[in-house]
Amino acid sequence: MEVKFQEATVNLATGGVKVDTAQPPVLLVHGAGMDRTVWSQQTRYLAHHGFAPMALDLPGHGKSGGELLSTISEMADWVADLIHELDTGPVRLVGHSMGSLISLEVAARHPDVAERLILMGAAAAMPVHPELLGAAERNEILAPQLMTAWAHGTRAHVAGNPTPGLWMRSGCQALLERAADGVIYNDLAACNSYEAGDIAGRIACPITVVVGSEDKMTPPKATAQLVAGFQEVDLRHLEGVGHMMMIEAPDQIREIMLSALQ
Amino acid sequence: MVEPDYLKFDTLSLHAGQEPDPTTGSRGVPIYQTTSYSFVDTEQAAGLFNLEQPGHIYSRISNPTVAVLEERLAALEGGVGAVCTASGMAAFHLACATIMSAGNHVVASRNIYGGSHNMLNLTMPRFGITTTFVDPRDHDAWRSAITPDTRVLFAETLGNPGIEVLNVPVVAEIAHEHGLPLMLDATFTTPYLMKPIELGADIVMHSVTKFLGGHGIALGGVVIDGGRFDWAASDKFPTLSQPYDGYHGISFVEEYGHQALSMRARAEGLRDFGAAMSPANAFHLLQGVETLPLRMKRHVENTTTVIDFLEANDAVSWVSHPSVSSHPDHELAKELLPKGAGAILSFGIIGGREAGRRFIENVQLASHVANVGDAKTLVIHPASTTHQQLSAEDLAAAGVGEDLIRLSVGLEDPEDIIADLARALRASQKG
Ligand SMILES: Cc1ncc(COP(=O)(O)O)c(C=O)c1O
Repeated sequence: MEVKFQEATVNLATGGVKVDTAQPPVLLVHGAGMDRTVWSQQTRYLAHHGFAPMALDLPGHGKSGGELLSTISEMADWVADLIHELDTGPVRLVGHSMGSLISLEVAARHPDVAERLILMGAAAAMPVHPELLGAAERNEILAPQLMTAWAHGTRAHVAGNPTPGLWMRSGCQALLERAADGVIYNDLAACNSYEAGDIAGRIACPITVVVGSEDKMTPPKATAQLVAGFQEVDLRHLEGVGHMMMIEAPDQIREIMLSALQ
Repeated sequence: MVEPDYLKFDTLSLHAGQEPDPTTGSRGVPIYQTTSYSFVDTEQAAGLFNLEQPGHIYSRISNPTVAVLEERLAALEGGVGAVCTASGMAAFHLACATIMSAGNHVVASRNIYGGSHNMLNLTMPRFGITTTFVDPRDHDAWRSAITPDTRVLFAETLGNPGIEVLNVPVVAEIAHEHGLPLMLDATFTTPYLMKPIELGADIVMHSVTKFLGGHGIALGGVVIDGGRFDWAASDKFPTLSQPYDGYHGISFVEEYGHQALSMRARAEGLRDFGAAMSPANAFHLLQGVETLPLRMKRHVENTTTVIDFLEANDAVSWVSHPSVSSHPDHELAKELLPKGAGAILSFGIIGGREAGRRFIENVQLASHVANVGDAKTLVIHPASTTHQQLSAEDLAAAGVGEDLIRLSVGLEDPEDIIADLARALRASQKG
């Protein structure tokens, strides 16, 4: 689905069906340098299981036009404005990696638009390795390669894609290679400079956090620091899974989504 | 400097796509000799049929043994996905049928495998898809053959019969300048000698029958999706970028983005055309892929030894292989194929058609077959076999002289290969 918003095209994948406004809306927000397709193992399922999923392409990502937004707060304000524009009412917000930071900030700054959070690969801070940041700034292929190497658990580097014929490592690298020059650096720099502060104190809605035991980008320890601030969190652990959990463990993530979104 | 800690090529050849079987612990890849898969319940069945969740339904569309080979070949090529087929020709057809429809046009190298040439030249036109053939070394010819109806540029990494080396980065750039993908048949190089996707190709296909299998006991093909081409950048590829009624209006680009081609080729192409690979063949081909790096290294070493022998032999008038300095692509081969330019070569025998026939009849170790890329050394003399109905002039036009012998160098001890060739060359001159 394409919508015109702030004079640019915004693209949202809806699972191959028309958005059913009678169903609870779910907005899915991708991570740094990526796009809507990271949710391809979930959107179509949600669309046929009682939800109205919308997997977003952030400005300058995937098939969305518009200028890149350079801080997490700007991205969060933009997402909140978009939700108003879509006129869906408050949404269940699902975020991955940078998308989890955006989701946290949306819930903190615009509590009226987010009624529940599901976060994957989340942390209170996302410092980026300086060599990765440098490679991204120079638009080198090393940036997609390092991100891909660190974003998958040991198993995903060998096998285990439940979708017959798909190879995860190159899937991730190709997705990142397709990002226009400057996109990965923009996003990584936004993550690198983000400070959550007392984010938990600013969020009132229910929150589910999914942790992959082999996540090297947002390691379980970093997720634990974020979670510690909240009085109540629905915490889910996935054993043997890395940062790209929606693709590494799509069946488990679908189950978690279904139960947490109800 | 930090490096991506990716598993390396040789490791992927053995492991990619497989983990010990979760129920039995089987370390070898099991042959899932089954047509169909029990559904958990009607809800799961509906989800599988509707592409809501991944899994196996019926072995025409996917099979766990075949899926290991698919993931492994995608891994070795650096592609986002792969679809295996019953043969190399089936892979070529599947790729064409997935991205093109009637009214579309192909620009193809004229120096390609005869079967592929037939399909483009004679068969596809019946379905409204036409082809212009060009000299693969003539970059202006590629450019000027492109029309508004063109949808793909096609060539072999190493051509036939002159072992032309395709300048992949240059032809890829020509394709991309026109918003078109480059599809390559990489059968002769395998991912061990060249990684076409890294050089700019968008779709790679193989006759897995050849070096990838290596043993000459099973047919197979594969289409590998590079995942870097933007199918939605123009309206040229509606099968990928527009809603498809076959799955309730799904748009493959919208849902799967960079993996749209892999998903559509399976969901439509295997479902409807049905040229699926059998699980038993996938198993056999996997045994070959495990040793691909070791075998290709030895193929190249033996080829070098055989070329040295042929060049010094009095019954041989010329030797054509990119590693020979007189070959027009010698320098390009050094750049694009640093590990070697494959194990297929041709040479000219003094005495023409008759001497060629006598040579073939006198080889004993080398096998006289219509195949290449076996572990065993293979020979053929086109003028007295595949092309025997052609006159000397027609042969020359096809780039196949009366004196041309094609050799696919195998893995035997090189001294034995040479002894066999020497004996047959001697016999060929006793007319
Ligand atoms: C370069 C090339 N491409 C494609 C094919 C067709 O493959 P298959 O025989 O597996 O259908 C062959 C061989 O026959 C070949 O040599």
